[in-house]
Amino acid sequence: MSDVTRADICTIACAEAWRGDGEVMASPFGSVPALGARLAKSTFAPDLVLTDGEAALVHGIPTLATRPDELVRESYVPYKTIFAIVWSGRRHIMMMASQVDQFGNQNIAAIGDHAKPKAQLVGVRGAPGNSVNHATSYWVPDHNPRSFVASVDVVCGVGNDRAAAAGPGASRFHDLRRVVSNLGVFDFATPDGSMRIASVHPGVTLDEVAAATGFALAGIDGDVPVTREPTEAEAALLAELDPKSLREREVSA
Amino acid sequence: MADKQTTVSAMADEIESGMTLGIGGWGSRRKPMALVRELLHRDVTDLTLVSYGGPDVGLLVDAGKVSKVICGFVTLDSIALDPLWRAARQAGAVELTEVDEGLFYLGLQAAAWRVPFLPARAGLGSAVQSETPAFRTVANPYVDGPFADPEDAGAELFAMPALRLDVAAVHVNVADTAGSGMVLGPDAHFDDLFLGAAARRFMTADQVVPAGTLADHGPLERATIHRLLTDKVAETPNGAHFTANPPSAPRDEAFQKHYAASAKDPETWAAFKERFLSGDESAYQSAVETWRSEQ
Repeated sequence: MSDVTRADICTIACAEAWRGDGEVMASPFGSVPALGARLAKSTFAPDLVLTDGEAALVHGIPTLATRPDELVRESYVPYKTIFAIVWSGRRHIMMMASQVDQFGNQNIAAIGDHAKPKAQLVGVRGAPGNSVNHATSYWVPDHNPRSFVASVDVVCGVGNDRAAAAGPGASRFHDLRRVVSNLGVFDFATPDGSMRIASVHPGVTLDEVAAATGFALAGIDGDVPVTREPTEAEAALLAELDPKSLREREVSA
Repeated sequence: MADKQTTVSAMADEIESGMTLGIGGWGSRRKPMALVRELLHRDVTDLTLVSYGGPDVGLLVDAGKVSKVICGFVTLDSIALDPLWRAARQAGAVELTEVDEGLFYLGLQAAAWRVPFLPARAGLGSAVQSETPAFRTVANPYVDGPFADPEDAGAELFAMPALRLDVAAVHVNVADTAGSGMVLGPDAHFDDLFLGAAARRFMTADQVVPAGTLADHGPLERATIHRLLTDKVAETPNGAHFTANPPSAPRDEAFQKHYAASAKDPETWAAFKERFLSGDESAYQSAVETWRSEQ
């Protein structure tokens, strides 16, 4: 399919993160993960649970263009309940990362010294708790050596190395799944829990990925699969679920 | 039955330099902004703010009232970052104790339950722990016996300390004179815990009604603030402006945008403060009305 865009590929890669998850809360951050979760729920992960972003779980599958007053809300889930769900483990979040490192530590808090940052970002938010309580994936729409770094400035989401070092309190339910970027898909299926390239997006070379990554990626010298394209049915769903093509605005190709 | 009515100004009188002040709401949602605005005019300094941060934090920090903030974020929701907060942080102007959102909840809960800490997995391995060495962990005491879970036998857990507050301030849609409060919007957030964690407890409201009549204004289960949680109540219509306070008022997105745009530049920020924040609350509300009519 010649009209498949990089954003479409990224959306499929995000959707695949939730495959096999069953009845868990899918919490996507960013338009591409939001669309991916909806696509997954529409197809191979029908039991996923979505929220209205305020204080309710929603019934059915809203599109990215559905207005809040059009949502069908099925149960009341204020923030106190959200934390109960986080700590129960019945959630798979896909957060964004301003920085992500070789062991999957994530930073959304600040660039530079925490006491006086060069750039203040959103803050640790719920990342420390999310990452040690339930499945966690990341979406990085601009893969470059400043976003894929050897070591993050402020650890918000906890990576494999630090979870292991903190012991079973942190590692028991730590479940780092995948990182999707505009260049490829990355997981941590290595003996030491370091990042590995799982697939490269169509049209991207492995040299590009290596040059855009601030550390040595496992598997980059091997046989790397190409990230799959949407099926025809999925392509139709993408158009239906994202009628204003918000996904295209988020991805630098 | 005591009549707890007072004024926002009288509440501000009780907030002294060096105190720890907890502010209810979440981000740019249902913040006690009238009280925050009143504090901008006071000579109080060296406050420690405990907040799910929004423009309350940005404004008080910018005005030099604050030496320390305990939070997990400072956001305007529809705008990711409060520009005043960004500027203060990048200037190193304020000390930040950064905690996970859920740990923050546990810290308030611990204070409200009068226990020194509550354990969690959250925080372990993250910058919450490494940036604040004063935080401690606790060993799981259940290593054997009938309650032991072998999977957690050797676990160290994060011990979130009680976030004890000198003063807490929250804003609700409707309060009664005896100090009960009703939140009619989608989420009462953690306001009950802010109040429970504080020595002195203030509730502002768009409307204050006679004691015992809250149920005339909405479903009783929305009256989540009972009067054992409050000391003083003050009526201040539209007192959460410009943060979201449905159904009384949605977030004033246009005005929030104007606030955020103005705050990015010293000159436009000075003009904003002169126009909107130099007078009292009624001057603020009418300046906003005038601004709106010009748009």
